[in-house]
Amino acid sequence: MTTTHVKPTASKQAGESLLQVTDLTKHFPITRGLLQRQVGAVQAVDGLTFNVVRGETLSLVGESGCGKTTTGRMLTRLLEPTNGTILLEGEDITHWSARKMRPLRRDVQMIFQDPYGSLNPRHTVGTIVGAPYRLQGIKTEHGIKREVQDLLELVGLNPEHYNRYPHEFSGGQRQRIGIARSLALKPKLIVADEPVSALDVSIQAQVINLLEDLQDELGLTYVVIAHDLSVVRHMSDRVAVMYLGKLVEIAERDELYTRPMHPYTTALLSAVPIPDTQRRTKRERIRLEGDVPSPVNPPPACRFHTRCWKAQEICKTQEPPLVELAPLHHVACHFPENTDVPAPAQAGAPLGDVVPDDAPVADATGAPVTLDRDASGDGEGPHA
Amino acid sequence: MSQSTNETTSRADDRTRRRDKGATAVNTLDGIGGMGAPAADAFLSVRDLRVHFPTDDGVVKSVDGLSFDVARGKTLGIVGESGSGKSVTSMSIMGLHKPGTVRMTGSIKLDETELIGAKPERVRELRGKRMAMIFQDPLSAMHPFYTVGHQIIEAYRIHNKVSTSVAKKHAIDMLGRVGIPQPSSRVDDYPHQFSGGMRQRAMIAMALSCDPDLLIADEPTTALDVTVQAQILDLIRDLQSEFNSAVILITHDLGVVAELSDDIMVMYAGRSVEYATADEVFTRPQHPYTWGLLSSMPRLDRVRTERLRPIKGAPPSLINVPSGCPFHPRCAYADRTGGLSQSERPPFAETYPRHYSACHLTREERTTIWENDIRPTL
Repeated sequence: MTTTHVKPTASKQAGESLLQVTDLTKHFPITRGLLQRQVGAVQAVDGLTFNVVRGETLSLVGESGCGKTTTGRMLTRLLEPTNGTILLEGEDITHWSARKMRPLRRDVQMIFQDPYGSLNPRHTVGTIVGAPYRLQGIKTEHGIKREVQDLLELVGLNPEHYNRYPHEFSGGQRQRIGIARSLALKPKLIVADEPVSALDVSIQAQVINLLEDLQDELGLTYVVIAHDLSVVRHMSDRVAVMYLGKLVEIAERDELYTRPMHPYTTALLSAVPIPDTQRRTKRERIRLEGDVPSPVNPPPACRFHTRCWKAQEICKTQEPPLVELAPLHHVACHFPENTDVPAPAQAGAPLGDVVPDDAPVADATGAPVTLDRDASGDGEGPHA
Repeated sequence: MSQSTNETTSRADDRTRRRDKGATAVNTLDGIGGMGAPAADAFLSVRDLRVHFPTDDGVVKSVDGLSFDVARGKTLGIVGESGSGKSVTSMSIMGLHKPGTVRMTGSIKLDETELIGAKPERVRELRGKRMAMIFQDPLSAMHPFYTVGHQIIEAYRIHNKVSTSVAKKHAIDMLGRVGIPQPSSRVDDYPHQFSGGMRQRAMIAMALSCDPDLLIADEPTTALDVTVQAQILDLIRDLQSEFNSAVILITHDLGVVAELSDDIMVMYAGRSVEYATADEVFTRPQHPYTWGLLSSMPRLDRVRTERLRPIKGAPPSLINVPSGCPFHPRCAYADRTGGLSQSERPPFAETYPRHYSACHLTREERTTIWENDIRPTL
């Protein structure tokens, strides 16, 4: 398993790791028969190594079933990892008991995807947002009610809504309630699992702006789990792309979007529909065939080889390690795109190499040229 | 039952009255979605459609005066947020609203056949055969207890007097055409054995099995991953050119409509606020709501902006739709119309040839705002 450590981003002043994840693995056992004998495992997450720098937003992206939600749940310790370690501020919390975790819950909070399912319909907003104080036994200066009303105001809700029930609110407002609850204990890290995907476009933008304002104001660190690549580009400082439980690429946002190296990232980016009819004709998509394979029986070696148009023999036999092909740009691929660096299959892969001269640059509008395959013209015929 | 008969009669009167009005003034400025006579090549023609649901709290006006045309071989994209009436419109065309719970007026003509007030048996004959629908969630749209093949065969045999074995061959053929590998064995699989993308393909196969002239796709890719979404959009495009059907694509994603649509209709609070060719809508949108939608979405094809510019507020309740222009409480430019936006419903007027919009701002004002305030920030 690869143990490449991702260095902190230069863009963040402190550059200190808040969270360090090494070789994180989750296999869900498949049992059969009377004795519940284990006959296999869903390899939901397999050997993730990354870190989260204080104050940054790291996004995990990938298609459904790639293990991004499982990862988020392990980070918040809602799921027990099968293997690997999670260090929060240098402390190994991987196998802490629920009791031992409790004080730590103040520091790590979660925002859930479904604003309908994640709020108890029988509780008032005041009870929901105030619950963390009661659970943690925290005494506040002006009482819990005052504190909750301040929180409601912070997330843009009317403090007078204290006694209302969740059903009286719209989807966007409910998501704000969930955000207020997660902020109650002034956490350091918030894991947001698809925080805006259930919301309408106009409301989505409001919530994204809110999350960004709160980050600036309260110095929060986010791990955002999302599938919408446009939203991810807007919110993140760094982006990690997952495929079938593996990390295939991790890089700073602009680097990833202008110079994706893993073929899967390239394909994902090219598949995003662009709201511009002028681009419809000149864009050529990389079409991935078929679906994501089952994580019960993932393809050997590089898990993407069954759908990859660049795959060769080595991809079926040897797993590509996650190596740094450009500064802070880690890729797990034998035949990376947009780079001069030779296949990293051999040991001693270059670290912190110079950026190749022929790296595609953003066009006049700043749009990543990789979206227009005809412009980059790398001779690799897209898999039609 | 007797009540609904009365309903039908008054509805018919209403219709005649409106049609007369439409005949006299082609681009009516009466503010009820006057679009004039149907275009000559229109295969589906909807005029002043109103779908109201009486509830204990009041009448929910889900669709309130909607007019549009779709021609064969063309795709109309209907865009709007949840509650804007997109899905209710499609269900009305398909005749899927439960009778007695809904009041429908206006006109829906499918190839000269009036669907509003038509007998349920008549609509049933058309449904599947001449018009078909793809739903957002294929798992709940398919019966979990029957095989995928069984469900396609059933639909096919209702409209075609053929034996089961012929129908099964047809089902296999259809599954193959929508790109399902080994269709002859997969035809006997149950829906749960298919992945999300394959289920959506199977549903498209089912919808197309009787070669319908009108295909309504209601958020066909919302539940799918982006790579699978691209596959399904390609498939719909290919099949449309093969079958030359009229397609209505309902979605909230402006990217998806840009990929596929010839025309775009933007809906807000049960009304159409903008209706034009896709190129027009993306190059010179005329309605502040359309501007809002474009500004609020982060885009991959533009420089990343530090902040998104959302539309303020939330969509209105359809029981108490705001007076005047329903968008005025959320509109940044409503104060420029001298109170008109608050008091009067804006006419659905032809701002440019074949480009309709419902806004009190003058064309010049809109051009200035779009060119100076909106477009540079996208």
